[in-house]
Amino acid sequence: MKILVPVKRVVDPNVKVRIRADGRGVDTTNLKMAMNPFDEIAVEEAIRMKERGLAREVVAVSIGEPRIQETLRTVLAMGADRAIAVETEVAVQPLEAARILRAVVAREEPDLVIMGKQAVDDDSNQTGQMLAALLGWPQATFASRIEIVDGEAEVAREVDEGIEVIRVRLPAVITTDLRLNEPRYASLPNIMKAKRKPVERTTPADLGVDPTPRLEYVEFAEPPKRQAGIRVESVEELVAKLVEKGVIG
Amino acid sequence: MSALVVAQHDNRRLDPVTLATVTAARRLAEEVDVLVAGSGARAVAEEAARIEGVRRVLLAEAPHLENPVAEDLTETVLTVAGDHEALLAPATTFGKNLMPRVAARLDVAQISDIVEVLAPDTFRRYIYAGNVLTTVRTRDGRRVLTVRTTAFDRAAAEGGAAEIVPVEAPPATGLARFVRREVHASERPELTSARVVVSGGRGVGSRENFALIEKLADALGAAIGASRAAVDAGFAPNDWQVGQTGKIVAPELYVAVGISGAIQHLAGMKDSKIIVAINKDPEAPIFEVADFGLVDDLFRAVPELVERIEKIKREGAA
Repeated sequence: MKILVPVKRVVDPNVKVRIRADGRGVDTTNLKMAMNPFDEIAVEEAIRMKERGLAREVVAVSIGEPRIQETLRTVLAMGADRAIAVETEVAVQPLEAARILRAVVAREEPDLVIMGKQAVDDDSNQTGQMLAALLGWPQATFASRIEIVDGEAEVAREVDEGIEVIRVRLPAVITTDLRLNEPRYASLPNIMKAKRKPVERTTPADLGVDPTPRLEYVEFAEPPKRQAGIRVESVEELVAKLVEKGVIG
Repeated sequence: MSALVVAQHDNRRLDPVTLATVTAARRLAEEVDVLVAGSGARAVAEEAARIEGVRRVLLAEAPHLENPVAEDLTETVLTVAGDHEALLAPATTFGKNLMPRVAARLDVAQISDIVEVLAPDTFRRYIYAGNVLTTVRTRDGRRVLTVRTTAFDRAAAEGGAAEIVPVEAPPATGLARFVRREVHASERPELTSARVVVSGGRGVGSRENFALIEKLADALGAAIGASRAAVDAGFAPNDWQVGQTGKIVAPELYVAVGISGAIQHLAGMKDSKIIVAINKDPEAPIFEVADFGLVDDLFRAVPELVERIEKIKREGAA
């Protein structure tokens, strides 16, 4: 089995972003960047499948400015075999990302695509489902357990009510949720080894896709602030306040 | 303009998140239809027909839609999508799973998790874990939206008298099939619609200690939530998770116990009417959003809180 793992380079989730002075965007210059945490889980799962002998090859792909190569090196150091960098200065949105990934899938012909359920920058939670739709493949979103059984994937999905187990035919797209696994750290020897692994560079145009976004983000603003509250000195005072507000009693 | 709301239900009852989605739909369209896709779901369609402001209820019934997979549900949505310029579903795991598949098939750029309708083509939504509020405009002729249901009032469940129109469901795609659902049976209110939510964080310390959170929740008639840290540590199941990557809640009262208040958690609860924080760390960021903050050891404060609430309840009953 061959697995394709799309990864996105995002602002480190522990860093607070600033809105640009003109309100027309988010200022990400000089901010610490990281691999989208859900994509890290996807990489880990693919590598574990390779270690268990279920997968023969793990290929990573990323879309974005040339520095996505740094993110791809991390994926290679974790254990992926090779990587594809789809370079563009355009801030690609989910539908266009899905169309680019469809073109990569057409070339690579993987049996499985594993990717994060959402990117923690735009929080859209769309690309995996869109990719599955464009390919006419089944999807298993929000996975917390994946097993390959009889040429199908049995996936436990994190849904609002609890867990839903489904079976999907392969090839399929699976998106990862938090509890699927704990991603490993790349060891120093593996980081060194990753430097020799191949990273192919391409562009959306080479893949026949126009990456121009269809949605226009016209304004960026601070969310409304909550009024500062008060400190209470005791449980007794807290209860008195809640009774006063009419929420208990 | 005409909008189609995809109803969330369990073939017996309409999920109230559908009511908030109808409200969002009415902000951008004069005519709102509701699609009920299921099996033996006539009662759900009748419930949907009574929602105020709904024009028609489209009822698609087939055995394979009893526990539908996104692949099959998408085909059903697409058969009725043609007449509508807007398609909406709640931004629950149901809607998040389904709508991008529908959008891609229609070649529409979806807008996820809208919190406000500014114009029929312009919406507000949060990015970066609630740190940035954006205004998004679509250039597509059609819009596919998921709706943050805590941001919209529920449409009145009674007062409408919509016509119920049966529609044919396309056959199963065979791409995916439902196996089983593992639901945590609970007498407590549902987390996303509860009037009161009590959440525990890493400070609770263990799965066993979560019994303390449960006691407080029971005293308050509350649903139970948890921070991602508590879920990651195995103290609480994932369907209790409140935050950027879990559920969004906006109850009358939110009690955060042993939760530091990472931005990813605040993203899921900061629209609550009253926020109470109990944490022994006076520097915890949760206190910046709390209406009432108590700096105390939760293992001392929570039992006392339970006792005092129980006492008020007893006196009220007497």
